[in-house]
Amino acid sequence: MKVGKRVFRFFQPVFSVILGLGIGLLITYAAGESPWNVFQIMIKSAFGSRYDLGMTLFYTTPLIFTGLSVAVAFHAGLFNIGGEGQLEVGALVTAAVGICLAGVPFPLAPILGILGGFFGGALWGAIPGWLRARRGSHEVINTIMLNFISAGLCSWVTLYVLKNPDSQNPETASVGAGYLIPQLKFFGEAPVSVAILLALLASVFVWFLLWKTSLGFEIRAVGQNEVAAKAAGIDVGKIRILAMVIAGGLAGLVGVSEVLGYAGRFKIGLSPAYGFMGIAVALLGRSRPLGVVASALLFGALHKGTSDLDFETENVTRDLSLILQAMVILCVSADGLWSFFGKRRKKPESPQSQNVAGSLASTATAPATSAKVKVTP
Amino acid sequence: MIELLVPVFQIITSTFRVSTPLVFAALGGMMSERAGVINIALEGMMLLGAFGGSVVALTLHSPLYGALGAIVFSVVLATVYGFFAIELRANQIVAGTAINMLAAGLTPFLSKILYESSTSTPSLPLELRFQSSPVWVAWGLVFLSWFWMKYTPSGLWVRFAGENPEALDSAGVRVKQVRWAAVLLSGLLAGLGGGSLSIFLSSSFSRNMTAGRGFMALAALIFGKWKPIPTAAACLLFGFFDTLQIRLQGVVLWGDRPVPVQFIQILPYIVTIFVLAGGVGQSKAPKALGLPFVQD
Repeated sequence: MKVGKRVFRFFQPVFSVILGLGIGLLITYAAGESPWNVFQIMIKSAFGSRYDLGMTLFYTTPLIFTGLSVAVAFHAGLFNIGGEGQLEVGALVTAAVGICLAGVPFPLAPILGILGGFFGGALWGAIPGWLRARRGSHEVINTIMLNFISAGLCSWVTLYVLKNPDSQNPETASVGAGYLIPQLKFFGEAPVSVAILLALLASVFVWFLLWKTSLGFEIRAVGQNEVAAKAAGIDVGKIRILAMVIAGGLAGLVGVSEVLGYAGRFKIGLSPAYGFMGIAVALLGRSRPLGVVASALLFGALHKGTSDLDFETENVTRDLSLILQAMVILCVSADGLWSFFGKRRKKPESPQSQNVAGSLASTATAPATSAKVKVTP
Repeated sequence: MIELLVPVFQIITSTFRVSTPLVFAALGGMMSERAGVINIALEGMMLLGAFGGSVVALTLHSPLYGALGAIVFSVVLATVYGFFAIELRANQIVAGTAINMLAAGLTPFLSKILYESSTSTPSLPLELRFQSSPVWVAWGLVFLSWFWMKYTPSGLWVRFAGENPEALDSAGVRVKQVRWAAVLLSGLLAGLGGGSLSIFLSSSFSRNMTAGRGFMALAALIFGKWKPIPTAAACLLFGFFDTLQIRLQGVVLWGDRPVPVQFIQILPYIVTIFVLAGGVGQSKAPKALGLPFVQD
C-alpha cells in the first residue's frame, strides 16, 4: 500500500464525517436558515461553556458504553443492534438493585448497582448470542425483537412493580441515597458524573481484553475467519456467546450514568436511541476503543449541539441531530463512496469491505462468506 | 347470540384494518429480501411514506393523490437506500439503520417547516381519508405478488437474485438491475403501508407514528418464511394481537389489576424469536441475503 493511500485511509472517516455533516447541514437551507449559522449555534451549544461541555460529556458517556458494546460484538463478527434493549434492562436492574437494597452504604452500593447493570445487560446480550451459537438464528433480527420485548417488560416493571408512588410519571421509585455517585463539580449544574471515568475505564478494559488476552484473540479470530478459527480448535459458539455477554454488559452500564449519576431512578424512555447511536459510534471509531471514545464525543456534541436549535432558530428543531447522524453514518458506512466517483478509472476493491467484521473490526482477511459473491467472468 | 357476535365481528374487522400497513410493508420487505437485499429500512420508508401521504392528501385534497404522495416520498428514500446498499455496497444493516434515523429526523423537520409543528400534521377531514379500500388493495397485492413471484419470469429473476445471483448473471440477467427494481418496489409498498397509517387508520401524520411497525413487518416476513401468503397471514396474527391489546387496555379480568397489555404487545416479537430459532418449523432466509453482488 502506498503511503499516500495509507494516509488517505487513515483520514477517510474524517472526510466522511465532514461530507455527512455538510450534506446534513445543507438541508437546513430548506428551513430558511444559513447552514453556517446553524453550525455556529451547534458549536456554541456543545462547547460554549463549562455547563455546555458538561452536557456534551453527559451525552458522551452512554455513547462510549454502547459504542464499545457494538465494537466488541463486531470483533466477533456479530452485529449487535440490541444495545437499546440491553441498556434498558441493565439500567432497570441497576435501579431495581438500588430500590430493593436501599439501605446499602455508599462505597458498596454503587458497586452493586454497576454489577447489576452489567449482569442485566449481559443477560439480554446472552440471549441472541446463545440463539446464534446454538440455534443458528441471526442476531440482527433477534436483537431487534429483543429491543421491543425489553421495552414492553421494562414498561411493565416500571409501571406495576417498582412504580414511584409519589408521581404520575412513568418512572420507578428512587434508589437508596448511598447509590448516587459523585458529580464532577467542574461542570457546574451539568449532570456529568464519575460515570464518564467508568466509561473510559471500560474502553481501556476492552482494549486490554481484545488485544492482550487469549479470549480477545479468540474473539477476533472468530470474527475474521470463522472457518480458520474452528480449524484452530476455537469453540466458535462459546466465543460468540461470550462476546455477546460482554457486549450486552457494556451496554447495560449506561444505567450507571443515567440512573446512579443523574436521575436516581429508571425512567421509561431514558435513552434517546443511545443503542442505535452506538452503531454509528463503533463504525466511525473503526471498533477501536480510542476511536470509540473520540466518535462518542463527536456524537455527544452533535446531540447537545442540536438541542439549542429549538429556540435559537426559527424553524430548525433538534431533530436535525438525527438527520446529521444519519448522513454521517451513511457516508462512513459506504466504503465505496470515495472510489465511486473514480469508478470509471479503476475497479472497486474486493467485497471484503462488506462484511462487518472485515470492514469494521480489522482490515485483515476477507471472510469466507464474501468469497461466494465474487463472480469470475 | 347477537350480543356475542358483534364483538367478534368487530375484532375481525379491526384485525384486518390494523394489519393492513403491516401487509403492505411486509410485502415490500419480501420484494427486497427475496432479491437479496436486507431491508431494515422498512421502518423509515413507512414513516416517510406516512408523512408524504398526509401532506399530499392535505395539499391536493384527495386521498388517492395522498397514496401517490406516500409512494413518491418512500421511493425517494428507497432510492437513497439502494444507492448506498447496491451501488456503494455499504453494509445493508448499517445503511438501513441510518435510513431509519434519517426518516425519523426528516419527518418532524419538514413538518415543522410546512405546518409549524414538529409533532403532527393537521388532521384530514373524513372525506380525505380512505374508508376500507386499502384493506382490499393490500390483499389484492398479496395474491398478485404470489402469482408474480411464482409464475412469471421476472418473479423468478427476483428469487434468483436472492438465492443464486451467479446463476442469474450467467443467464444474462443483470443482477444489479433486478435488485434495484426490487428495492424500489419495496419502497413503493412500504410507502403504501405508511400511507395507510396516516390517511386510513388515523387522520394525520404524527411523530414516529410507525412505532416499530416496519420491524414488525420484518418479523412477519420471517414468520411467513419469506412467502407472500404465509407472510400476510402472519401480519393478520400480529394485527390480531394488536387489536386484542387495544381492547384489553384497562380491562380487569381477574384480581384487582388491569390486564398487563405489555405482555400482549411483546407477543409477536417473542413468537418471531421462537420461529427463527426453529421452534415452529425451520424458516430459511434467501441464500444470498445481505451479500452484495460484484460483477468482475
